[in-house]
Amino acid sequence: MSHAAEVIRVRDLVTHYGDTEILHGVNFSVRAGEVMVIMGGSGSGKSTLLRHLLGLEEPTGGTIEILGQDITQLSASAMYALRKRIGVSFQGGALFNSMTVAENAEFPLREHTDLDSQTIRIMSRIKLELVNLGGKDHLYPAELSGGMIKRAALARAVAMDPRLLFFDEPSAGLDPVVAAELDELILRLRDALQITIVLVTHELESAFGIADRITVLDAGHILISDTVDAVRNSDSERVQSLLHRRAGSGVLDGAAYLQRLTR
Amino acid sequence: MLSRAQNLLARTGRGTAASVAELGYQSSLFAQSIVWICAGAWRRQPVRLHQVVNQMTVTGLQAVPIVAVLAFVIGLMLAMQGIHTLRAFGAESQVVVGIAFAITREFAPLITGILVAGRSGSALAAQVGSMRISQEIDALRVLGVHPVRYLVAPPLLAMLVMLPCLAILADVLGLLGGGLLCKLELQMSLRSYFERVREVLEMGDVLQGVLKSLLFAVIVTLVGVSNGFAVRGGAEGVGRATTRAVVQSISYIIVADMLFTFFLNR
Repeated sequence: MSHAAEVIRVRDLVTHYGDTEILHGVNFSVRAGEVMVIMGGSGSGKSTLLRHLLGLEEPTGGTIEILGQDITQLSASAMYALRKRIGVSFQGGALFNSMTVAENAEFPLREHTDLDSQTIRIMSRIKLELVNLGGKDHLYPAELSGGMIKRAALARAVAMDPRLLFFDEPSAGLDPVVAAELDELILRLRDALQITIVLVTHELESAFGIADRITVLDAGHILISDTVDAVRNSDSERVQSLLHRRAGSGVLDGAAYLQRLTR
Repeated sequence: MLSRAQNLLARTGRGTAASVAELGYQSSLFAQSIVWICAGAWRRQPVRLHQVVNQMTVTGLQAVPIVAVLAFVIGLMLAMQGIHTLRAFGAESQVVVGIAFAITREFAPLITGILVAGRSGSALAAQVGSMRISQEIDALRVLGVHPVRYLVAPPLLAMLVMLPCLAILADVLGLLGGGLLCKLELQMSLRSYFERVREVLEMGDVLQGVLKSLLFAVIVTLVGVSNGFAVRGGAEGVGRATTRAVVQSISYIIVADMLFTFFLNR
């Protein structure tokens, strides 16, 4: 089986939040051009994993290679250069509330390029058209619906034509129809811009709809990282119970339980 | 009993450690901002002039009316108190000396600092805090824009320029307020009042006030943004941070003012 170039390679990633170990030696990789969905329930560590992939936190151990560079060892200026090739769309959009949609979409170009205003305006309008927000560029984030905020955030994320796009919970807080439209938009964007997409979600339907491969995270461990079919047919009990929304079958440790209560 | 004492000791220790950590954090923000202001362009992340000008308008120009009015009132008040005190010695005309020193060395920078802390320190804390809870700070970082360069350096630079200007404005209006009261109470002409002021004041006195206002500029900005960066827990957290920023920066200003005066007048 021939491997396409790997754009993300995570090796033995261990992270802590305070004294608690969150990720216990995570290994996985993302290949160029694919849509990788990272899936898991709340508390599985998927948001933590994303924050580390984005270089927002320092890991306790392990390496994170992104576009061929280990971001745990990277100097500030090299990290700065790398960030221009990565786009991120946050869960709540994280648009700058003091700026209009247009100014948000123009922001990366204004900060990182020496292009003149007119060019920047046209380039950002192209991206806004791409996410179906043409003509809405004078609005402020507070005046947008949930779906429009996500699309505007997407436009800002792809402003610099990144090689790699991270997407946190695209369908959270959206109604099913809008969520499905957004999924479609993500796929269209991948085809139009030839980018690799890493998407974090707990929505099964969305995950199976758009993923090439799926990584299932549970309690800080990776259960499986494979193609959609392989995940669906996995014989791991834990994977199956996650897929079929069964409650976790954790066996109660009586002594530990009593100790927690009486501490 | 012992455990209660231990608890108290532990709490005091933790509180002290937290305060020292906060002071260290504020100092590091200051150092980083200076680096960005000086070397930002070279690192291809310049501090944007239009942001600085915006901040100068908001924190400086828009504060002119209130600073002017309050400085004038303080001048009146100082003259009243001075005349009342000196009347006991029959030395009312010496009140000019007191007004001139008190305004330029203390009251002009102090009132400016306190007003700007209330107007702009709180606004900075609220702005940075709400950006934090809506993940806008994270967004800045992943977009390759250093938050200190974008959110701390511009207001710091703006305050360092505008606070001394405001302090000098407060000097002028405070002295004018004192002068008007002397004219009314002591039948002293404004001309001879200002001549007397010129005689007693040295450049050093005004400079002392200006230096203080620079110090206050640093305090207001850093206390404001550091409280904003530290926001936890939603909109309520932003409110708490805003209040804390104002109380903390006014306290710092008053203590720093005292220390500054102590060391400069030994």
